[in-house]
Amino acid sequence: MDKAQKTDTADPFAFLKRPLRAAYMRCDRFLDYTFGSRDNPFYSLGGLGFFLYWIIAVSGIYVFAFFDTGLTEAYESVEAMTHIQWWLGGVMRSLHRYASDGLILVIGLHIMREFAFDRYRGTRWYSWVLGVPTVALAFAAGITGYWLVWDRLAQYVAETTAEILDRLPIFGSPIARNFLAPSYVDDRFFTLMLFIHIALPLVMLFIMWFHVNRVNRPRINPPRNLAIASLVLLIALSLVYPALSQGPAELSRVPSPVSLDWYYLWSYPLVDLWGPGGVWLVYFLGSFALMIMPWLPPLKRSAPAVVDLDNCNGCTRCAVDCPYGAIRMAVRTDGKPFEREAVVNPAQCVSCGICTGACPTATPFRRAAALVPGIDLGGLPLVMVRERTHKAAAGLAGAARVVVFGCDHGGAIAALNSTSVGGVSLPCTGMLPPSMIDYVLSRRLAEGVVITGCRDGECRFRLGPQWTEERIEGKRDPQLRARVPRERILRVWAGPAEMARLAREIASFQQRLATAGNAAAAPAPAEAGQTVVAE
Amino acid sequence: MKPLRHAAQAAFVLITLGLIGYFSASPPYARVPPESALIKLSFAHAAAKKGGCRELSAEELERLAPNMRRKTICSRERLPVDIEVLLDGAPLYAERLPPTGLSGDGPSRVYERFVVPAGSHSLVLRLRDSERAAGFDYETTHAVTLAAGESLAIDFFQGGFRFE
Repeated sequence: MDKAQKTDTADPFAFLKRPLRAAYMRCDRFLDYTFGSRDNPFYSLGGLGFFLYWIIAVSGIYVFAFFDTGLTEAYESVEAMTHIQWWLGGVMRSLHRYASDGLILVIGLHIMREFAFDRYRGTRWYSWVLGVPTVALAFAAGITGYWLVWDRLAQYVAETTAEILDRLPIFGSPIARNFLAPSYVDDRFFTLMLFIHIALPLVMLFIMWFHVNRVNRPRINPPRNLAIASLVLLIALSLVYPALSQGPAELSRVPSPVSLDWYYLWSYPLVDLWGPGGVWLVYFLGSFALMIMPWLPPLKRSAPAVVDLDNCNGCTRCAVDCPYGAIRMAVRTDGKPFEREAVVNPAQCVSCGICTGACPTATPFRRAAALVPGIDLGGLPLVMVRERTHKAAAGLAGAARVVVFGCDHGGAIAALNSTSVGGVSLPCTGMLPPSMIDYVLSRRLAEGVVITGCRDGECRFRLGPQWTEERIEGKRDPQLRARVPRERILRVWAGPAEMARLAREIASFQQRLATAGNAAAAPAPAEAGQTVVAE
Repeated sequence: MKPLRHAAQAAFVLITLGLIGYFSASPPYARVPPESALIKLSFAHAAAKKGGCRELSAEELERLAPNMRRKTICSRERLPVDIEVLLDGAPLYAERLPPTGLSGDGPSRVYERFVVPAGSHSLVLRLRDSERAAGFDYETTHAVTLAAGESLAIDFFQGGFRFE
């Protein structure tokens, strides 16, 4: 049983997470194949959420310019926009609606994905908990928007919202009285609602900023292709199936039936089933459950990263690469002739080891001194990784011996062990210093090295596969030395459910190594330094 | 390989847009059955003060600071409001509405919706806001014909029931 599986059994929600994670991984494979790993929308759910927010903001500003606040003017101005200026006003109105619906859909998928991949406990409680008010504000902003149109749906929303709010014992007079009969509503109501409808998303944006500010390099923008495609498709939907009003509100009539927007108003029919008190119970219990989830149970943390000042030259690479901003550069304290030193905040450290992989002193070739890099993982120091590598390679035989470096959260590396394959599992593949690949090949511990781990968007620590790829390709420090034969390296990003594919890729790689060894010639350029993500 | 990929892209796009578009306005929801009407009863009405008012004696006034010497004092707390609604002679709603506020000095309030069959109805409304033991302070009978989907609002305002 690997480390990730051990953690899994201690988690009371594992029975929910396992099937959900499996479903997401199946979708990921499909979307990687369909759109490519870079534009897989499931890898950019947070970024898509931000992008939809901006679409809502821009379309909302346009709609606001033509909206009139008044009992009859509100409905008439929206109708004029929809039918007279359908080519822009109508599209903007529909875009405002569909981007808002898309936002709720994306938020739901984002929450479930982070839950399924267990990315909400430990130091990530902060982003998770701040996500809860963000969701509440998104719903509140959407609901107040429906109110403004002042059609039959708006009447239903107004009456039901008032009934829900009236359940709170804080109002002297029932709010629902404001919608008792036509003479009870006045124009000022629309000014108030407009103010609330604009203020809520601004507060939401403020909290969204906090939501991502403990994350290093948050993906607040989706990849360009994905962003353009999302916008174009939402515009197409707006043209083909424009958002329409449902007739003017008439307080002397019952607004029934109404075409509900179920993304925002799913809880409103519950008022008729359970009463406003029941709906408040759903809201309260739902929010409370989400809020306390990061501590159900708390994540058992591995020992955090430790800085060794004797080997730290303050190069900043660890701080730049840390996915959660747990490392900051401080003024040097040991008198050595460097400006800065790395300081780890243990509360924010997720013990992924990516900092070790980024450290230029983390090289297994060192002989003069003990193998202690400038920054190292307390629970799995680099010297232990080197020992494990030697151990994995020790028993291997044949002409195509391979050492596999994988992560605890991807496929179970131990299952790959054979007479010619030896595996070393790390907390995250991003922990592997590129020099370790050089070490294995130059010391002839094996003929080939396989780097594997979670697919990019499935990485438990967010940036592991990306940093590893960039280091090997020479785009990021520390780079893999040019002397290392790229054809002897295989990179396969595969989740736990893709072990069979991983085994197939390794077998094929071994065949190529054996052929190359026998022919004593370099393999075909097309196969050199191959990266495999999708089948 | 490419046509298959394009087909997968089209399927994903259509499903996603379909999901957004469909649930954005479907399926419709009916809050009240067809051939029904709605009666909404709502008011915020302050009942009389509990225990009434009394005049202070000279001794009691003497004990108070000069600027606090008001001759009449009343209890802060209000009485509850009793409301009864009868539809075609049958009880539709009967409730004792407590005063609002931490000290019970606010108005009693109510907002209730009743789904009734469309057609002609006779409504009887009774309200008590005093300490009287029997009977009601206000009572009215109202005949109304409600079309399907119509909504009738009943308020209690300035000492009388108001229908709109």
